[in-house]
Amino acid sequence: MSRTLSAPVTVAFDYTRSTGPVLGRFLTGLRDGVLVAGRTSDGEVVVPPPEYDPVTHAATTDFVEVSPTGTVVSWSWVAEPVAAQPFDRPFAFVLVLLDGATKPFLHALDVASPDEVSTGMRVRVRWRAERTGAITDIEGFEPVTDPAPPAPGPRSTLDPVTGVVTPVALDYTYAASPEESAFYRGLAEGRILGQRCPTCAKVYVPPRSACPADGTPTTDEVELSQTGTVTTFCIVNVPFLGQRITPPYVSAYVLLDGADIAFLHLILDIPADQVRMGMRVEAVWKPREEWGTTIENISHFRPTGEPDAAYDTYSQHL
Amino acid sequence: MRDVAVVGFAQRQMQEFDGSPTCVELLVPLFAECYEQTGWSRRDIGFWCSGSSDYLAGRSFSFVQAVDAIGVIPPVNESHVEMDLAWAVYEAWLKIQTGEVDTALVYAFGKSSAGLLRRTLALQLEPYTMTPLWPDTVSLAGLQARAGLDAGLWDEQAMAEVANRSLTDAEKNEYAVRKGGSSVADLLSRPMYADPLRKHDCAPVTDGAAAIVLAAGDRAREVRDRPAWLSGISHHVDPMSMGTRDLTRSPSTARSGAALDLDGVDLAELHAPFSHQELVLRRELGLGDDVRINPSGGALTSNPMFSAGGIRIGEAARRVWAGESDKAVAHATSGPALQQNLVCTLDASTGSTDGGDR
Amino acid sequence: MSKQPAAVIGVGQTHHRAKRDDVSMAGLCREAMDRALEDAGLTLDEIDAIVVGKAPDLFEGVMMPELFLAEALGAAGKPLLRVHTAGSVGGSTAIVAASLVQAGVHKKVLTVAYEKQSESNAMWALSVPVPFNMPVHAGAGGYFAPHVRSYIRRSGAPTHVGAVVAAKDRTNALRNPYAHLHNEGTTVESVLASQMLWDPIRYDETCPSSDGACALVIVDEDVAASSPNPAWIHGTAMRSEATTAAERDQVNPQASRDAAASLWKQAGITSPIDEIDVAEIYVPFSWFEPMWLESLGFAEEGTGWKLTESGETAMDGRLPVNCSGGVLSSNPIGASGMLRFGEAALQVRGAAGEHQVDGARRALGHAYGGGSQFFSMWVVGAEKPQH
Repeated sequence: MSRTLSAPVTVAFDYTRSTGPVLGRFLTGLRDGVLVAGRTSDGEVVVPPPEYDPVTHAATTDFVEVSPTGTVVSWSWVAEPVAAQPFDRPFAFVLVLLDGATKPFLHALDVASPDEVSTGMRVRVRWRAERTGAITDIEGFEPVTDPAPPAPGPRSTLDPVTGVVTPVALDYTYAASPEESAFYRGLAEGRILGQRCPTCAKVYVPPRSACPADGTPTTDEVELSQTGTVTTFCIVNVPFLGQRITPPYVSAYVLLDGADIAFLHLILDIPADQVRMGMRVEAVWKPREEWGTTIENISHFRPTGEPDAAYDTYSQHL
Repeated sequence: MRDVAVVGFAQRQMQEFDGSPTCVELLVPLFAECYEQTGWSRRDIGFWCSGSSDYLAGRSFSFVQAVDAIGVIPPVNESHVEMDLAWAVYEAWLKIQTGEVDTALVYAFGKSSAGLLRRTLALQLEPYTMTPLWPDTVSLAGLQARAGLDAGLWDEQAMAEVANRSLTDAEKNEYAVRKGGSSVADLLSRPMYADPLRKHDCAPVTDGAAAIVLAAGDRAREVRDRPAWLSGISHHVDPMSMGTRDLTRSPSTARSGAALDLDGVDLAELHAPFSHQELVLRRELGLGDDVRINPSGGALTSNPMFSAGGIRIGEAARRVWAGESDKAVAHATSGPALQQNLVCTLDASTGSTDGGDR
Repeated sequence: MSKQPAAVIGVGQTHHRAKRDDVSMAGLCREAMDRALEDAGLTLDEIDAIVVGKAPDLFEGVMMPELFLAEALGAAGKPLLRVHTAGSVGGSTAIVAASLVQAGVHKKVLTVAYEKQSESNAMWALSVPVPFNMPVHAGAGGYFAPHVRSYIRRSGAPTHVGAVVAAKDRTNALRNPYAHLHNEGTTVESVLASQMLWDPIRYDETCPSSDGACALVIVDEDVAASSPNPAWIHGTAMRSEATTAAERDQVNPQASRDAAASLWKQAGITSPIDEIDVAEIYVPFSWFEPMWLESLGFAEEGTGWKLTESGETAMDGRLPVNCSGGVLSSNPIGASGMLRFGEAALQVRGAAGEHQVDGARRALGHAYGGGSQFFSMWVVGAEKPQH
């Protein structure tokens, strides 16, 4: 058994970027099938145009169109492409000095093997048929082998591009710490396991790789009671992304009997407006066949019906 | 300026860390090592600063839990940079220069293996026209390497010599995750990985953490007979665009080096995650053949993200402590193709005549 | 050894909005920076170093965005630092920038903090699911609401005090042309009538989500001599503690109290309520005004709400708090702390415009972040500090 529990996590969002006028001008050009460069104060012609002049720091306002054909000035072979790169087969990233520009432009070159690439070779843009005003409107470069294909059709009369949507999806393997892993494995057996800090003797649930008070890992295992006291809580009335329970519901800090730190969970089986600070609650587990190594084995906490705990029994936990 | 020295250094580097991305469990023993080296406890530390990235961990506020490893009752004077450890060293050095504190412990951590590192790092690029193409770190370094090859500034032989020396030196480094030199001819016979780069031209994906202790004047002298005095520290950044900068140069390294006195440097720890980058750095810093380069094996043999730059400072300092170097230069880099660079000197003598306190 | 004197001579900010879809990230930062430089009478080329601050990189989906921004921010060829200390980052960034001058390393430093929250969704970015765990919070409001409840229980404050804060800050914002929210006619009654989101926090008691930036120019004594109205830095403090710890006081955290004690000592202040003329305090949820008033030492523990309820924190009160409208009226997270620090500077420079407090000589700028665990604060004054 591995020391730690791990599971995949994908962090994904479609970012909505506003481009500002300079990049907007460049992306509008891409949508129209033309490459817009910026002319800088020191006379360089740069694609994409820099938002601000490298010397004067003023916003770039001088734009020129450059050719979709140019010369490779550097290249690097991508033998094992990663997700979302311009091609899912081997290709080259290239720096291309477009005719009319003085500084090279980064994009991909679609050839089958590194033998087909060389510094100095002539390449041209291959446009995507459906263009939206994004750098991916260029599928990539291709070697110039025959007469140029017809230029893209007439320019659109659409409004200039001011925004671009960029999907970002990253896959990670998340690992719980060894101490947390012991806690989750305990939950898979129907137990709530804490650990005592050997320095300050406080019982932490979940256990910690470092007691936050003194930096010592918690060690001695303590099985905690399944009953506890609500220290404080919030009634959630607002829906949010990833929410699993329909509002209104109560999220509360529950101080399990025997623990020195409260633990966050749901309070159900009671109307939200009747939940109180000091209320005594107990864990309600899901059916055993649904258990995994997760806090979700505990469905929620519910009132025990005992009298409320006195304020001074939990006030130092607020 | 006050005299400030590196007096403690601890590191862990590994291919795959079997633990959480917060790396708390990795930091606890590192801090313990620092206390053992200095004879101090956490209460002797005036300032703390860490370096890390949310994108390595895959979640926001990934650095927040790391303070648990310190033990923060009572609370601490603490800061965090979303940068490499070397820049955390810089912030701590500043804090000591203000006179507010005399000691600092800086640390950094990262679990690169939690994601696909070369792809994750595409998030570091200009987000409108670069990231949507997902140019990976290795490809960008390849463009840089090719530019120098084509210009005749270096050749495959020179790159392989860097790799072979690094792999050979790494045999003596217990933390290196890739080690074992052979010969330049052998390395050159190996297949291309990302033409013009072979695997050994690229740093291995590495998890890890490191911690460095800084102290001013007498606080440093009470810890070590030969503190590694930070006699100069300077850092600069270049534009990101791969098109507008000369990829064969590193103006920010040159500028940082020029701000320091590099005369008499006998050892250099250079943060070059790709073999050709060491050649660029040596040129920009004007390091001659008599300067021992990367005795630790360098980043080509172990490159834990967010601590590898600072580890160069620690490795250099440790050789000054041991008397193996009288004056060393350490370098850290960040961003694609050597965009941002920090250079510092570590000296066996302070060089100051006034005791270092204005 | 003592710190070199340092002063703020330029303050700039953007017009904060829910979506600044007219600008890129660089454009947003430059809008604030160019205003700060103009205020300082300096050009970008005269700046020695640049310090960038912002909250989590997942907000904009760019890892270490200061790298791609370097050239647009005029940082190419210069030292560039990036600070990230959660919600307190705007304040921490200003303190790091100040330390570059106080350490005697640089003479003219520009610092900029920003957030372009409309590029994603903050609630999403802060709650990427953690395996084996379950999401029970509902964003920052869900996180802080239980602690607000604890404060109310502990202090016995009447439940409308939060609404008093919200009505005051929203009304103050009407005098600030840069504020995101310009909600005319916000009253205690209208706040109390707004939807209860995270009980006990109502909709009108929460901060908005904004795009915005703030920039400061911080200089040494020699450069400050040429400014007609420098805001001198009299003290800075940063303190951190854990998000959760056994018996941690989450209403009045020790890190906050320790930071304040250090700050007042540096500034030679023994009675903050008498010696501070105006305060910009990080209040993303209305109840944090009375909570921080106590923690910062403006009121005895359990009595902060009385200052608020009696109107003493209004523009014409004994301690005007958040005359700019505060975080409740503009919240580009990464910049929110620097806005507090910058607004404090504007007050002692007599440059706060319509929301100027007459005769303000010493002001507090304050920020906090994480789970009330990272604190940064400074005191600025119209006079050069004596020591």
